[in-house]
Amino acid sequence: MSVLAQQLLLGLLIGGLYGLAAAGLSLVFGVMRVLNVAHGELIMLGGYGAFWLAALFGVDPFASLVLVIPGSLLLGALLYWGLFGFVVRAHEETRIKNSLLIGFGLALALHALAVRLWTADERSIPTSYGGAVLSVGELSIPLVRLATLTLALVLIGALQLLLSRWRWGKAIRATAEDWQAALLTGIDIRRAYLLAFALGTALAGAAGTLVTVAYSVSPSIGLEWTLKALIVVVLAGLGSMLGTFVGGLVLGLAEAASAATFGGPYREIVGLVIFVVVLAVRPRGLFGR
Amino acid sequence: MLEIAGLQAGYGDVRALFGVTLSVGAGEIVALLGPNGAGKSTLLNCVAGLVRPRSGAIRWNGQDLRTLGAHLIVERGVALVPEGRRLFGSMTVQENLELGAFASRAWAGRRAGLERVYTLFPVLAERRRTAVQALSGGQQQMVAVGRALMASPRLLMLDEPSLGLAPRLVAAILEALVAINRAGVAVFLVEQNVPAALSLAHRGYLLEGGRIVGEGSGASLMADEHVRRAYLGPLAVRTPSPQGEHQ
Repeated sequence: MSVLAQQLLLGLLIGGLYGLAAAGLSLVFGVMRVLNVAHGELIMLGGYGAFWLAALFGVDPFASLVLVIPGSLLLGALLYWGLFGFVVRAHEETRIKNSLLIGFGLALALHALAVRLWTADERSIPTSYGGAVLSVGELSIPLVRLATLTLALVLIGALQLLLSRWRWGKAIRATAEDWQAALLTGIDIRRAYLLAFALGTALAGAAGTLVTVAYSVSPSIGLEWTLKALIVVVLAGLGSMLGTFVGGLVLGLAEAASAATFGGPYREIVGLVIFVVVLAVRPRGLFGR
Repeated sequence: MLEIAGLQAGYGDVRALFGVTLSVGAGEIVALLGPNGAGKSTLLNCVAGLVRPRSGAIRWNGQDLRTLGAHLIVERGVALVPEGRRLFGSMTVQENLELGAFASRAWAGRRAGLERVYTLFPVLAERRRTAVQALSGGQQQMVAVGRALMASPRLLMLDEPSLGLAPRLVAAILEALVAINRAGVAVFLVEQNVPAALSLAHRGYLLEGGRIVGEGSGASLMADEHVRRAYLGPLAVRTPSPQGEHQ
């Protein structure tokens, strides 16, 4: 029993990062109707950002968020100007197709670039507090992972606040709901797209940092994270960032439960099963509008 | 004032407007009448910048609107209440209204704007925290008109504001339009409720098959034999009063 509880706890802890990874993808897809399959590679880049800040300058990985987030915002803006800004000029139905092509190309390019620059080795960031564990009864909670879960929730909360209070946050939501109506209220929707993409990339960068702190990073983690994020987006539905976070927790728990019941290799399959079942039973997702 | 000359527009291979010329003067209420598919919505969408015309001119106070982005047209003081209202359904009444003031010409004055809209439609003040999708059709139309007013327009365009509303609510919306116009806002109204539209319009145009086929003062169009046959039906034997009986 306690073994199962421990596994579920670890599943919950990584689930927070699934939620954070999915939030960026969900924001970009919800606002731009663009599916960025290179989202996982943006997470990977954020992870390397934290890794090199620690390795070269001794920056604490949690503190490195202060640099990784603005850096990712800027990267997101550059990617919008250079690549994805052209996609949103197309008609809505062709956007998905074009964004898939651009996204796969970008994913391959970033992966190859990361291997070439930083080798294919798996990297992690050693910290003095890395092994700290909080014991509650028979459960032992790794403090670093608990911190990443908490930070993921804080970042999602901050995003939710930004979208509900900030003038341009409201503009982003309005554009997501009806871009023509948004235009008619005087919103420059191109700018709303740019902001959404930059914010989505910033969330990816933050997620990558937390992944690298709690686990590790290598050039090849991108696809896996894109897949997890996609499953969570389908599971949670569009429109609620907190819903996306909860969706991440659900996926983490489900993975842990299936690994505990059927054995480790089945961990990856449950997500895909959830994907298919949700699409069949509740295509708008658990919290979708 | 708004001047449209020789306007041609369409969607893909389908042409909707074949050289339309009309104008809306400062402070006027102008009605645009015509059957379904005549091109009325296309015309309003061209002015608002949602549809790019093939050729012809759209000038607002002398300035060419055809090359401006739709959000910049709002910035110039031209607002559209679109067909089907197109509200942000998951947001509250107040959020919808505040977004209406997104243009920088209106953002600083949004508090005063809210007060104006709530004075015009007191029922919206009571429901300001309600999600728009929970409102009745009439209240949603009030939000739609209010949202456009929040941009503090000099020209307010409305696409079928009475569609699907009970006569009592139609009257309420039209009375609001008269009040808005008295405050100095020009009103350009597309309406299928012809007697209602002509009862408040100073002038009107008839649009059929993408061409202007008639124009005149509200009263003269109301008396026009073609208008009576085509839009009012054989039973339209008397002129409705401005305040009611919009059937």
